[in-house]
Amino acid sequence: MAFDSLSEKLQNVFKNLRSKGRLTEDDVKTALKEVKMAFLEADVNFRVVKQFIKDVQERAIGQDVMNGLNPGQMVIKIVNEEMIRLMGSETTEIAFRPGKELTVIMMVGLQGAGKTTTTAKLAGKFKSRGKKALLCACDVYRPAAIEQLEINGKKQGVEVFSMGDKHKPVDIAKAAVEHARKNEYNVLIVDTAGRLHVDEEMMAELIEIKEAVDVFQTILVVDAMTGQDAVNVASTFDEKIGIDGVVLTKLDGDTRGGAALSIRTVTGKPILYAGMGEKLSDLEQFYPDRMASRILGMGDVLTMIEKAQENIDEEKARELEQKMKRNEFDFEMYLESMGQMKKMGGLSSLMGMMPGMGAGKMPEIDTDEAEKNMARIEAIIHSMTPQERKNPNLLNPSRRNRIAKGAGVDVAEVNRLVKQFEQTRKLMKQMPGFGGKKGRRGMAGMFKGLPF
Amino acid sequence: MGEEKKGFFSRLVAGLTKTRDNIVSGIDAVFSGFSKIDEEFYEELEEILIMGDLGVRATEHILDNLRDKVKENHIKEPADCKQLLIDSIKEQMQVTDAAYRFEEEKSVVLVIGVNGVGKTTTVGKLAGKLKSQGKKVIVAGADTFRAAAGDQLREWANRSGVDMIGGAEGADPGAVVYDATAAAKARNTDVLLVDTAGRLHNKKNLMNELGKINRILEKEYPEAYRETLVVLDATTGQNALVQAKEFSDVAKISGIVLTKMDGTAKGGIAVAIQSELGVPVKYIGVGETIDDLQKFNSDEFVDALFDINKK
Repeated sequence: MAFDSLSEKLQNVFKNLRSKGRLTEDDVKTALKEVKMAFLEADVNFRVVKQFIKDVQERAIGQDVMNGLNPGQMVIKIVNEEMIRLMGSETTEIAFRPGKELTVIMMVGLQGAGKTTTTAKLAGKFKSRGKKALLCACDVYRPAAIEQLEINGKKQGVEVFSMGDKHKPVDIAKAAVEHARKNEYNVLIVDTAGRLHVDEEMMAELIEIKEAVDVFQTILVVDAMTGQDAVNVASTFDEKIGIDGVVLTKLDGDTRGGAALSIRTVTGKPILYAGMGEKLSDLEQFYPDRMASRILGMGDVLTMIEKAQENIDEEKARELEQKMKRNEFDFEMYLESMGQMKKMGGLSSLMGMMPGMGAGKMPEIDTDEAEKNMARIEAIIHSMTPQERKNPNLLNPSRRNRIAKGAGVDVAEVNRLVKQFEQTRKLMKQMPGFGGKKGRRGMAGMFKGLPF
Repeated sequence: MGEEKKGFFSRLVAGLTKTRDNIVSGIDAVFSGFSKIDEEFYEELEEILIMGDLGVRATEHILDNLRDKVKENHIKEPADCKQLLIDSIKEQMQVTDAAYRFEEEKSVVLVIGVNGVGKTTTVGKLAGKLKSQGKKVIVAGADTFRAAAGDQLREWANRSGVDMIGGAEGADPGAVVYDATAAAKARNTDVLLVDTAGRLHNKKNLMNELGKINRILEKEYPEAYRETLVVLDATTGQNALVQAKEFSDVAKISGIVLTKMDGTAKGGIAVAIQSELGVPVKYIGVGETIDDLQKFNSDEFVDALFDINKK
C-alpha cells in the first residue's frame, strides 16, 4: 500500500518518543529530523517539508507537548493534524453544471500519467451515478491512443466520440460537444494527449480547447510516483490552463506518494480521486484525513467498512444471519462468505486497512499463502455435490476421497476443512445471536467461520 | 562515434535547458551568493540536490565527499567548490560495464518497467535505430493486457519497417514470447526486442509472469546475448530506485533507460540509480522522435547538468 514505508518510519521515530516521559526541545528536533528524512525519501517537495517541519516544531515546542501527559502522543497528534491540513481537510467531488446541462470535463497531464485509463474509469463512476456520459478521444499523437479509449469505453458501456487522428483536437472537441448536445448527454469527458508542461505549443492547444468548448472542469492527472518535480508540473498546468482538481494515479504501487502532500499544498487544488489498480473499477474517492491516518499507520477502518457495505448484499446477509441463528450454517454459506471477502479486494487489501496491520506489522501472516489457502478451500467446496454442501453429515470417507480427487488436493485437507467447519458450527451455536447495526451484521456474516 | 557523441551532448543540453530552472542556475547562485563555506552553504547545496531528485542518500554521499575534499585542500572560497562538487557527483556515478554488446551479437532485449514510463515507445525507437544500422530486427508485443498496446507497437514497427510478432488482447504473453523466439531463430534475426506490459513492481503475480517470460527466453533462445532494460520515467522520484531493485529480483537487469528527460525534472535520479544500484543508465529519452533516444554517458551528463560546454 502506498504509504507503508513512510508510516513505518514515523512509527519508529515515535516509538522512541513514546517511551519518554517528558520531551526536551532537542528531543523534538531529533524526532522531526527523522520525519524530514522520511518525507524527503517519500518525495515530498523539499520546500513543503521545510515548512511542515517548521510548523510542527513551533506547535510542538511551543506549548502542548512540554506539559502534556504523554508527549509522544501529542507530537503524533500534531503531525497528523498538520498533515491533514496539508492535504486539504475535506473530501471534494467533481462539480457538475446544474440540472441536465452538459458538463464538459477535460483531462490533462504528462505522458504516461494514466489519463486515458482514468477517463474511462471516471466515465464508469458517472454512469453508475445516473449520468449519461460521452467520451471524446482528442489524443491524435500517441499511436493507438484512440483505440485504447474506444476499447475501454466499450468495456464501461460508454460511447466514445472520435474522428481519427487526422483532425485538430480542438475541432474534434467541438464536434463532440455538438454530438453530446444533440443526443442529450449530460457529461462529456475530453481525453487529451499527454504533454510536457514546458511545451508551449502543446499547452496552447489545451487553452484553445478549453475556450472553444467551454470546459467546466479541468482535471489534472498525476502519477503518484512523481518526484520533486510534481509541484512544478501541477503549478505550471494550473498557471497556464487553470485546473480544478487532481486525480492521483498508481497509488497501488509502493510509492510513498509524497506528491499527494506536495501538490495539494502548493496549488491549493483538491485531490479528487485516487487510482488504485488496473481494473476499470479501481478508482477511489480521495479522503485526506483517512490518508493521513494511513500514513501514520493508524489504519483505515472507515474505508474498510465502506467497502463492506458497498459489496455486501443486504438481503443475503440477512438470510445468512437467519440461517446462523437456526444453526443451519452450511458449506454454501461458507462459500458465500469467502466470495464477499474476495469482492472487498481480498485478504491482503483488507489487512492493509486494519489498524496496526499495515506497514509490515504482521510479518507472520503471509497473506499470499492465506489467499492461496482460500482458493484451495473454494475448490474443495466446489467439488462437493449440492446435497453434501447442505448436509455435511453426508461426508463419509468415500465421498471425501472423491472430493479430494475432484479438487486436486490430499484427502487430509478435505478432512481438515470438514473438521474446521464443524468447530465453527459449534462455536456459532454458543454465540448469543447476531444482529445489531447495519454494518456489523454484514461483517459478522463475513468473518465468522473463516479458517484463520 | 564522434558524431554521435556531439549529438548526444547538444541534444541533452537542449533537452535539459528547455527548463530554465535546472540545477545550474540554483547552484551558481549558491556558489556566488555565499562568502564562506559554512553549514548554511552545505544546507543550501543539499536543498538543490534533493530538489533535483538525486535522493537523500546519494546527496549525503556527495556532500560528505565534498566536505572531505574541502578540508583536504584547505579551500575557503565557495566558488572553488564547484568543480569539486562536479567531481564528487561523477565519482558517485562510476559504474563498470556500460557496453552495448547486444548491438554486435545475436541478442534478445527484454524491456520492462511500471505502467506509463514509455516502454513501447522505447522499443519502437530502439527498433528504428537498430534497423537503420542495418540490423535485422523483430519486435515482440508481449503487452497483451493494455488496450491497444499491440496497435501502438505495430505502428512503430511499420514506421521503422521491422517485423512484429504479437498476440490478441488477453493472450498469454509467454506464448507471444515463445512465438517470437521461434520466429527470431527461423528468420535469422540479429536483435529481438521484447515489449512487455507495464506492471507495478509490488504486484506479485505480474512479477511472476515476468519471471516466466524470462525463463522462456533462457530456455528457448539460450544462444542469444541477453540484455534486460528497465525503463524508468525521469520524473519519478525515489520510487525509481525501488522499482529497479524489485525488477532485478525477477530478471537480471543489465541497464536502465531513462525516459522523459526533457521535462523539468532534473533527471537527478540518474545519479541516484548509478550511485546506489550500480546499474548503468544506457539510454535516455529527451524527446519524441527516434533520434531523441540517445546513448548515455554519465560524465557528459553531469557536465550538461552544470552547463559546462566543452565541445
